[in-house]
Amino acid sequence: MPKTKDATVDIELPLLMEAIYRRYNYDFRSYSMASQKRRVLHALRQLNCASISELQARILHEPEFFSRLLQYLTIPTTEMFRDPEYFLALREKVVPFLKTYPSLKIWVAGCSTGEELYSLAIVLKEEGLLSRTLLYATDINPAVLEKARKGIFPSNRIRTYATNYRAAGGKYSFSDYFTAAYDAAILDRSLCENVTFADHSLATDNVFSETQFVSCRNVMIYFNHDLQERALRLFHESLCHRGFLGLGSKENIEFSEVGSLFEPLDKPWRIYRKK
Amino acid sequence: MSLQEFMNGRQHEMEAIVIGASAGGVSALLAILSPLPRNMRIPIIVVLHVAEDKQSKLAEVFAHNLAPPVVFAQDKAFVVPGTVYFAVPGYHLSIEKGRWFSLSREEPRYFSRPSIDYLMMSAADAYGSALLGILLTGASEDGAEGMACIASSGGFTVVQDPDEAEFSIMPQAAIDLFTPQQILSLQQIRTLVFLLETVNVG
Ligand SMILES: C[S@@+](CC[C@H](N)C(=O)[O-])C[C@H]1O[C@@H](n2cnc3c(N)ncnc32)[C@H](O)[C@@H]1O
Repeated sequence: MPKTKDATVDIELPLLMEAIYRRYNYDFRSYSMASQKRRVLHALRQLNCASISELQARILHEPEFFSRLLQYLTIPTTEMFRDPEYFLALREKVVPFLKTYPSLKIWVAGCSTGEELYSLAIVLKEEGLLSRTLLYATDINPAVLEKARKGIFPSNRIRTYATNYRAAGGKYSFSDYFTAAYDAAILDRSLCENVTFADHSLATDNVFSETQFVSCRNVMIYFNHDLQERALRLFHESLCHRGFLGLGSKENIEFSEVGSLFEPLDKPWRIYRKK
Repeated sequence: MSLQEFMNGRQHEMEAIVIGASAGGVSALLAILSPLPRNMRIPIIVVLHVAEDKQSKLAEVFAHNLAPPVVFAQDKAFVVPGTVYFAVPGYHLSIEKGRWFSLSREEPRYFSRPSIDYLMMSAADAYGSALLGILLTGASEDGAEGMACIASSGGFTVVQDPDEAEFSIMPQAAIDLFTPQQILSLQQIRTLVFLLETVNVG
C-alpha cells in the first residue's frame, strides 16, 4: 500500500537533515523531531516550496537559500534577564565562588542575539568581576551572532528588561547601561570588551577552552537525548574542577549519564556544579 | 453505553489519551478525571490553557483532587503509563516518536503556549491509531487541527457536545473542520475515560 502524504513528510524530513549535514556541516539530525517538523513545515510555506524535497533541492544548490532556511530551523527567542530568579540565584550562590578565582572564563553556549550574555555581563560588572572575566559567546547561527556583536536592542523591550533586571537583584538604574537612539537602545560598550563571539556547534564542534561557568539556556530542549548527552559532555570537559553549569528553567538532565556527574546547587533554577 | 459501543470495539488498541481544554476547562477536567483510580491503565496528557505569567499550581491542584499520579510533563521524560500529565504554561509540549516529552518555546499559537494543536499533532505522529483525542470546552479555535490530525492518523476522536459545553467555540471549531467519531456529553466522556482506564485488556 502506498504511504500517506504525512508518511512522506516522515521520509523527507530526515533526508533534508542529512542533506544539510553533508552540504553545510550543520547537524540537525539529532534534534527533537516534533518541533523540528513544525519549523520545517512553517519554512515551506514562508519560502514558497511545495514539498520538503523541493526545499532540499534548493538548499543543496543555493547556499543563500540555505541561510534563509537556517533562520527557521533555529529558535532565537530570548530576552534580557529572562527568568530573573536565575540571575538572582547566580548572584547569591555562584558569584561568591567565582570571586575566589583570580581570573575567570565563562561560556554562554547558544547565546542567540546576546541578551543572556549581556545580562550576565551586567551581573559580573556589578559584582566587580567583569574586568577579570573572559566571556565566550557561541551560536550556530551567524545572523544572531552578528546582532549579538552589535549590542543594539529594540527600545520597546527595555521596559520589560528593566523590570526583569530589578527582579534579578539589579542594584542600579538599568537605563544607565544603554544609550537611547530613536527606536533602539545601544548597550554600553564597556560590557562587550571582554567578549569573544564564535561560531560553535554543540552538535559537531569540540571544547575550546577551560571555563569556570557555562550557561546554556533553552538550547538543549531542542535536542534529543543523544545530542543532549554530547553537549553535556562538552560542558563537563570544559568546566574546571567544581565548575558551574546553568540551564534553562524547564530543562532536565535526569535522563543523561553525564548529567549524573553534576550535582544541583539550585534545583528550581537549574544551576549545577561539577561533582 | 458500554465501552464497546463508545469505541466501536477499538478500546483495546488505545495506548494514550490526549485532552485539550480552554475556558471552562478546570471543572470539565475535574469531572472527567476525578473518578479515576490510582492504578489506571494508560497515560493521559492534558493541555489546559492558562495565563503564561501565572506561576502555575495546576498540577498541584489536580494532584490534590485525583487518585492517579499527576505531574507536569518534563522535557525529555519518558511517558509513563497510568500517569496524568499537564503541560507547563509558557512552553509548547510535544510527544516524540520514542514516546518522550519535548518542550519548546516557539511563538504562541492562537495566543496560547502550550498549544493543543501542537500536542495533538505530535501525539498523532507518536501513537498513530493507538491514540484517543478528546477536545473539551473553550473559547478558542485551538485543537481543531490537532484533532483532525489524530483522526487522519487513524486515532479515535471525541469532541464534547458544543450544546452543553460551557464554551462552545472550541468543540464547534473541531466539528466544523472534520467529523469526529463521537460527540458526547461531559458525563459520557467521563464514563468512557473511566471504562477505558479500568478495562481489563489482557
Ligand atoms: C532559544 S535560543 C536561547 C537564547 C538564550 N540562551 C536564552 O536562553 O535566552 C536557542 C539558540 O541556540 C542556538 N543553537 C541551536 N542549536 C545549536 C547548536 N547545535 N550549538 C549551539 N547553538 C545552537 C540557536 O541558534 C539559538 O540562537
